[in-house]
Amino acid sequence: MELRQFATFTVDTLLFGVEVHNVQEVFRYQDMTAVPLAGQGAAGLINLRGEVVTAVSMRIRLGLPPLADGLFPMNVVVRVDDEPVSLLVDAIGDVAHVSPEQFEEPPETMTGAGRTLITGAYKLEGKLLLVLDIARAADIGIPV
Amino acid sequence: MDEFDEIVREFLVESYENLDQLDRDLVALEQEPDAHPLLQSIFRTIHTIKGTSGFLAFGKLEVLTHAGEGLLARLRDGGLRLTQERTTGLLQLIDAVRAILASIEATGREDDRDYSDLVRLLTDLQTPIHDAEAAAVALAGQSRRPGRANAATRSAAAEAAAATNNVRAAPARRRAGKSVAQPARPVRRAAAPTSQSGTRNDDQDGGVAVGRHDVKAARAARKAGSAATAAAIPPESPGPPPSDVPLLGELLQQQADINAQDVAVAMLEQQLGDDRPLGEILVDHGQATPDQVREALAMQAVAQADARSSGSVSDATLRVDVNLLDTLMRLVGELVLTRNQIVATAAKQVDPAMQRPSQRLNLLVSELQAGVMKTRMQPIDTVWSKLPRLVRDLAVACGREVRIVLDGRETELDKTILEAIKDPLTHVVRNAVDHGIESPEVRVAAGKPAEGTLTLRAYHEGGQVNIEITDDGAGIDPAVVAVKAIERGLATVEELTAMSAREVTNLIFVPGFSTAAKVTNLSGRGVGMDIVRTNIEKIGGTVDVISETGVGTTLKIKIPLTLAIIPALTVECAGERYAIPQVNLDELLCLEGDQARAGVEYLSGAPVFRLRGNLVPLVWLDHVLDLTKAPHVDESVYILVLQAEGQRFGLVVDHVLNTEEIVVKPLSRQLKDIGTYAGATILGDGRVALILDVRSLARRAHVVRDGDSASDREQQTAAQAIADGPEPLLVVAVGGRRLGVPLSMVTRLEEIPVSRVERVGQREVVQYRGQLLPLGHLATLLGEPSQADPDADLRVVVYTQGRRSVGLVVDAVVDIATEAPRSRGDVAAYGVLGVAVVQDLVTELLDMEQAIMAADPRFFDAVAAAGGADVSPYETYADDTYAEIGS
Repeated sequence: MELRQFATFTVDTLLFGVEVHNVQEVFRYQDMTAVPLAGQGAAGLINLRGEVVTAVSMRIRLGLPPLADGLFPMNVVVRVDDEPVSLLVDAIGDVAHVSPEQFEEPPETMTGAGRTLITGAYKLEGKLLLVLDIARAADIGIPV
Repeated sequence: MDEFDEIVREFLVESYENLDQLDRDLVALEQEPDAHPLLQSIFRTIHTIKGTSGFLAFGKLEVLTHAGEGLLARLRDGGLRLTQERTTGLLQLIDAVRAILASIEATGREDDRDYSDLVRLLTDLQTPIHDAEAAAVALAGQSRRPGRANAATRSAAAEAAAATNNVRAAPARRRAGKSVAQPARPVRRAAAPTSQSGTRNDDQDGGVAVGRHDVKAARAARKAGSAATAAAIPPESPGPPPSDVPLLGELLQQQADINAQDVAVAMLEQQLGDDRPLGEILVDHGQATPDQVREALAMQAVAQADARSSGSVSDATLRVDVNLLDTLMRLVGELVLTRNQIVATAAKQVDPAMQRPSQRLNLLVSELQAGVMKTRMQPIDTVWSKLPRLVRDLAVACGREVRIVLDGRETELDKTILEAIKDPLTHVVRNAVDHGIESPEVRVAAGKPAEGTLTLRAYHEGGQVNIEITDDGAGIDPAVVAVKAIERGLATVEELTAMSAREVTNLIFVPGFSTAAKVTNLSGRGVGMDIVRTNIEKIGGTVDVISETGVGTTLKIKIPLTLAIIPALTVECAGERYAIPQVNLDELLCLEGDQARAGVEYLSGAPVFRLRGNLVPLVWLDHVLDLTKAPHVDESVYILVLQAEGQRFGLVVDHVLNTEEIVVKPLSRQLKDIGTYAGATILGDGRVALILDVRSLARRAHVVRDGDSASDREQQTAAQAIADGPEPLLVVAVGGRRLGVPLSMVTRLEEIPVSRVERVGQREVVQYRGQLLPLGHLATLLGEPSQADPDADLRVVVYTQGRRSVGLVVDAVVDIATEAPRSRGDVAAYGVLGVAVVQDLVTELLDMEQAIMAADPRFFDAVAAAGGADVSPYETYADDTYAEIGS
């Protein structure tokens, strides 16, 4: 009866979770340098204490319209293949403690982009915490 | 057991170093067989390896080195000459030792190979070749043989000489002209000591390793003034290596007509109270001249100085783990970036309290960066040092005579870069010896010296390292390259005629190319030069070839000093900044106002601009990167003239910002795959900027041949089809008609300015390659009005047979293609043999004979008169069965 800890964040109306040990850090929006010719989803490059980190926009990956004017995404830096990648999300949520019993397979009702990028879901009170497949989400080569 | 491993490891490391030095020494020795110090040094190294291998119980190695040592000893003591066979034998010994060491390194044991053949060879090579050698060897041998129990003075002196000659390990003996630490037995007291020494010598034969304590005993005995024993230390002692400085006696034996006995006698006299230096005694005996003694002393002094300095150098160096240096390098890189940021911020502030420390920081970090970079820098000699031997072996194998000249051996490069260029350099050198430099006979026939010269130059320039490899060989003939390029489907005739000779020569770097008529196992497999270029461009460098037929070839390589920190130019385009490595940057131009508008021309729809008379393709950065920029009515156009794959092109950007040193940061794998970016960097203000990969940009803009693109593959298969199928035709346009000319009858395509056409009687001619080229206008022949612009350059199809040429003027060259099968038809028209369907269009087949005669009526007579006229191309027409048109 082990509780797992998930860092959560929201993109549009969807609530995603990533296991805490995969998250390197989170911070506010930072100016990015665009990468022309990059595939869909690569939002730009960030200077993270001297390291150049690629930022991937979750909204674009999920096929959602961009944030409204004046609103800026937050950065969630995760590690994929030993390289840091920043996921751009709408807002950061709390840390959720979940138990295996709450786990479910991805719901049938979810289609398309969302489905490809998640590995399952946890039933929370009133909402569903979608477990994000980090490697797939960060890989802009994988189409959604 | 670990300790033993440690010892073995040390042994391996030292031995590898020594072997490399041996390679160099042997090749140098071959050039100067009389360089005695070299031979000494070689002998000592083999001796050391032998000793240690005995100690570590590596039996095969010991036996092998013992055989080599025997040969070297004979060579050293005079008598045997260093012939090519002996040098080759010794080089084989070194290779064998390397192989065994490699096996020890990998498995901890020697390998299973049988080296007895090599041992036999080395022993055989010790046999003197002819009588003179035999005599010399015997003489030298006599003085070395220990323990002949003759009571005669001479032989006693000989033994003493043997004793003195053999003692090398004692460190005490360095002084010129003085006697040895071990006293030789005084001759007069021969009776008692003889037996003593007799026993001693017998022991010596048993190979007793008499070590240091005997030296002490000898000294003590001398002090006591008694007849000391000759502490004869056998040469095969696995002790510390002998001193580096040759003895005066030895030197004089080489220089003058002295043998070991004379020296021994002189030394005995010294023992007996003669206070004069050895040299003087010998002069007195008439055995040496004062000059010889002086020279020998000078040589000794040099050797002493060398020994001293080399000793101190080896003390001042340190072995450091490469990973540690990598870490240091990375940290310094970060420091450089932070320094950039601080300096940029401080510059904006007024407060001097910030300014001064930041300036100081700037200086300190620059120095630190330079220092750390230096730790990873090694002289290019570490790679070059292997070349003399390689060239020597290759030359012998190919039957060439080649001399290699290395200029700039101390030029330093980063270790990783050195690793990367090692193979390409080796390949280029192999090519030069194998294919570049001609055999001695050919060279002499061409008026060149029989020995070819291969020169390697390295020097720093503008933050980069330049390496030039020049040979004075046959050069690369652009015509041969062009033909091969067509054969391999790498270029079309049209493209080739538009290229300069230098561009054509640079085609050797295209994958799939090889002009070697014979593929030797050394080079010539067609995979060489393109890999050379790829490897060099992978580390951010460029390579270019310049050649002159009959004179030679030069390969120019430019590489950055380090991969991590490179000098770059920052530019702005569509509001974003990008960095371009300076290694690719040739020039910077700014065209203003009218120049900007007029400067851009269009050639076959592609934008170009004129750079000092040459047309250079133009590429807009925002187009290549698919950027949309706000249309700005900028008066100035900034063009960066870049170079990639031997091709120059101009890149248009919005603004040119700055030159600075940037730290290259890797991009994530998925962004790297895009190709157009070599990495990213952080600029002074903290923002990230992408570093452009110039070669990729060029390919994307179709400025250079892109070996991977689908269109090129199509072109290649088309070219292949042309090569395999029916005879290809050159399709030309004349007065609105399409004509086909057999490609085999096209020697060259030229564009000749109208102004160069001159009249001779009724005919038009042009001075062409030292001859008069008669021109025939096909339009006139066919009775058509020419549709070409009368002021434009004439498009001329040149046909050459033997030494005679004729030029056929057409309106335009359309293409090269093959006729559709069974599409030939008859047609009645002047100057035309028939028609065929080519590229889905009806094309008339030109009657070449008529056309040529029209231009030069005496062409075929003259050719026939010259003998060996070959009119076979006409058979392609005569042999074909003509079909009905339209069937």
